[in-house]
Amino acid sequence: MASHPATFSTSTPEEPRFDVYSAIEGEQTIGEVPAEAVMEADGLNVFYGDFHAVHDVNLQFGKNEITAMIGPSGCGKSTVLRCLNRMNDLVAGARVEGSVLYHGQNIYEKKVDPIAVRTHIGMVFQKPNPFPKSIYDNIAYGPRVTGMKVDSMDDLVEEALRGAALWDEVKDKLKQSAYGLSGGQQQRLCIARTIATKPDVILMDEPCSALDPIATSKIEDLMMQLRDEYTIIVVTHNMQQAARVSDRTAFFTAKPDETTGNRTGLLVEFDRTKQLFSNPFDKRTEDYISGRFG
Amino acid sequence: MSVAASTASEVTLATIASGRTRDRDIKSLLFLGALWFSLFFGIMVLLALIIDTAIAGAPRLDGNLFTRFESTLFPERTGFKAGIVGSLWLMATTALLAIPLGIAAALHLEEFADGTRWYNKLIEVNLQNLAAVPSIIYGMLAGAIMSFLGFAFGGIVIGGAIALALLILPVVIITTREAVRAVPQDIRQASLALGATPWQTTWRQTLPSAVPGIATGTILGLSRAIGEAAPLILVGIATVRFLPTGLDSKVTALPIQIFNLSSNSQEAFQTAASAAIIVLLVMVLAMNAVAIIIRNKFQKSW
Amino acid sequence: MSDALTSGPPPGAGLTAPDLSARSRPGEAVIKALLLLAAVLSIGITFGIVAAIIGPTIEFFQQVPVGQFFATKDIGSQDIRPAVVPLMMGTAITTAIALVVAVPFGLGAAMYLSEYASKRARKWLKPTVELLAGVPSVVYGFFAVYFVTQIVLQGWLGLEVSFFNSWSAGLVLGVMIIPTVASLAEDALSAVPQALRQGSFAMGANRMQTTLRVVFPAALSGIAAAVVLGLSRAVGETMIVTMAGGAAKNMSLDPGEGRQTMTAFIAQTAQGETPVGTPGYNMLFAVALLLFAITFVINAVSIAIVRRFRQAY
Repeated sequence: MASHPATFSTSTPEEPRFDVYSAIEGEQTIGEVPAEAVMEADGLNVFYGDFHAVHDVNLQFGKNEITAMIGPSGCGKSTVLRCLNRMNDLVAGARVEGSVLYHGQNIYEKKVDPIAVRTHIGMVFQKPNPFPKSIYDNIAYGPRVTGMKVDSMDDLVEEALRGAALWDEVKDKLKQSAYGLSGGQQQRLCIARTIATKPDVILMDEPCSALDPIATSKIEDLMMQLRDEYTIIVVTHNMQQAARVSDRTAFFTAKPDETTGNRTGLLVEFDRTKQLFSNPFDKRTEDYISGRFG
Repeated sequence: MSVAASTASEVTLATIASGRTRDRDIKSLLFLGALWFSLFFGIMVLLALIIDTAIAGAPRLDGNLFTRFESTLFPERTGFKAGIVGSLWLMATTALLAIPLGIAAALHLEEFADGTRWYNKLIEVNLQNLAAVPSIIYGMLAGAIMSFLGFAFGGIVIGGAIALALLILPVVIITTREAVRAVPQDIRQASLALGATPWQTTWRQTLPSAVPGIATGTILGLSRAIGEAAPLILVGIATVRFLPTGLDSKVTALPIQIFNLSSNSQEAFQTAASAAIIVLLVMVLAMNAVAIIIRNKFQKSW
Repeated sequence: MSDALTSGPPPGAGLTAPDLSARSRPGEAVIKALLLLAAVLSIGITFGIVAAIIGPTIEFFQQVPVGQFFATKDIGSQDIRPAVVPLMMGTAITTAIALVVAVPFGLGAAMYLSEYASKRARKWLKPTVELLAGVPSVVYGFFAVYFVTQIVLQGWLGLEVSFFNSWSAGLVLGVMIIPTVASLAEDALSAVPQALRQGSFAMGANRMQTTLRVVFPAALSGIAAAVVLGLSRAVGETMIVTMAGGAAKNMSLDPGEGRQTMTAFIAQTAQGETPVGTPGYNMLFAVALLLFAITFVINAVSIAIVRRFRQAY
């Protein structure tokens, strides 16, 4: 446990505490890294126009592990996630420096096709966003557009829905609109849709933030099942969730620029989840997980 | 305080808060009356127009109206077959020209264009301007295009359709853009994250979701096209007594036939013109109704 | 610590790297190019209009002195009637009458819809008013001649107006553009923040005072844009003025007389058999260029006003 008792901070989150930043300025604490990394961010910097959104992130994402990225709002964790399958390309004015390695290959190299990247690295969004189509067509969409060779689409749909623990609930209404499902079911449909394209990494951007606690726990169970086959990287606002599901955790924070006040996100600490939550190295991590900051 | 008194004071407070009592003085009532009259003036004119035309045209709402060509010898049996069929030809050809072109331009502007580029800004301003260019000017442009393409004769289907397509193109583009913009960003991101290309995303997700809005705007545009006469005059479309057989055959349109008859002083022709106006109004109002029904029925609240 | 990064196996070791190399998608590129082409074509239309009109116009001014064109009376030896000022006069008088109808009625309707009508009433009242803009202009033209002139003006009111006159053309044209004015003005009035109205009510103003003294001035630039757009529609409308306004050039100010407008001149001349290349044929284009320039300026004013109005809130 943190050495400080969890007390209410007297400072507001907006007001940066001087000691938070003075500890080890600009340094990242990297604890135990995964033995076999599927992805790696190497000196990753993100800019939106002149605004430096994320500063120098170095991370490794272990095979068949769940890596959680946590931190206060505006710390750049979602931005980093979106860099991992080049969804940031779609934001006008976004620019990425450094590299993101996927099986040793830099996905930001010129010869790399961002669309091919996305077929290998799937993404689940904050708000469930099924297509306005039937449940079946939602699943079949990815394989169809990517031209995947499929022996039987029916089998693939069933497999994906079973994989997302949704099959029993929807097997009798595959032709019905996905909009008829509950929020939690919609989010599991989005996960099923993602695994139907057979990616090996799944990115999840706060996948439970729009869901109630019961739906949330179903998604968390599902994430732990999926870990056996996929590498999962999840951004979450919820520290308990990170502690429950993840193997490793990366803690980010935001540092305001002294002149402009723009907040640049930076990685503070990356370690095994147990280690990070029980014995954080950096004081900023400790303050955050003990509820004193952010 | 008695119940009655407290109720009374509550009522007074409520009326003070809403200012309702002071809306009852004579000036306010006159003002409200004037506003009412403004609103209903146009509607009354529309009603007068419909009733007057219906009465004048009723005697000629017969089979001959639809089955016969125009006849100067028998004004009481003259018909609008050529105009009705011609208008349908013109509308179909106009739709074929304007809809794909308009949707393509709108998709470029909404989905692919970098709005900070000068040429895209120019396209935006230009569209606003085109929407207000007089229809007769489009007729002149169409005439120039026809002679540029080497058509020796005016008054043919493709010439009229080009004029009408130019006329409704800005309407189609503007309404398609609004419909496309209303499709939530979530849907596009989900599709792209599954490995779909930008065009696959547009074609399979954005466009189908925008279809009701596009259909509404397009039908309204076509309903404007079917009633237009001025640009058709400029490409040489006049009254003919046969049906078109192809895009390069001479054609007439219902509004053109009505226009030509309106200057004929024989009463029988005016009765016939009134009957033709009823047919035209039914076509236009039906298209408007369909557009509104589509809008109300498929309007998605995302 | 940071140097832990360099220890351990290199990322992705022992895994087969999937093929991420760029695929060529010729279809995708072709489609994007086609979409761009379609959008660029809309600019082409503007240039096309100018290009189509300007050639014959230049030819016209080689055949006819500019002074004869911008004259109030037809002079010169040619067998054409080159004066354009009477046509502009015709357009001005008809448009003025139309605005006298459309501005008060359009703004009144807009104020009722925005400030008085319930949400439900507005939902069906607005489309009904907009139907007025959907009626074909030949229908309005026919109505102007056979109902407004013959029954209302000459019959009910007993006015001494000619068969073709500017009263009926202008009045009916005004009715046609009511929805243009009403619709845009209603948008402008509805965009006025509710807080302004509440502030006015709180100071004891009633609904009429609030509408006229608070909401209306606040929406003034949007309302101005609505009127300007209505003006542009009136200037460019052809069939009503062609059918009801007559075909005679007329410099008098009496709306009871008929007069040709610029658009009516174009439509009526185009109907005749004027041989290509003659001054009479080329004059069509000179008048069209003038008309295009006038509406272009009016539209530019309207767009500029709308821009300013959007920045206001």
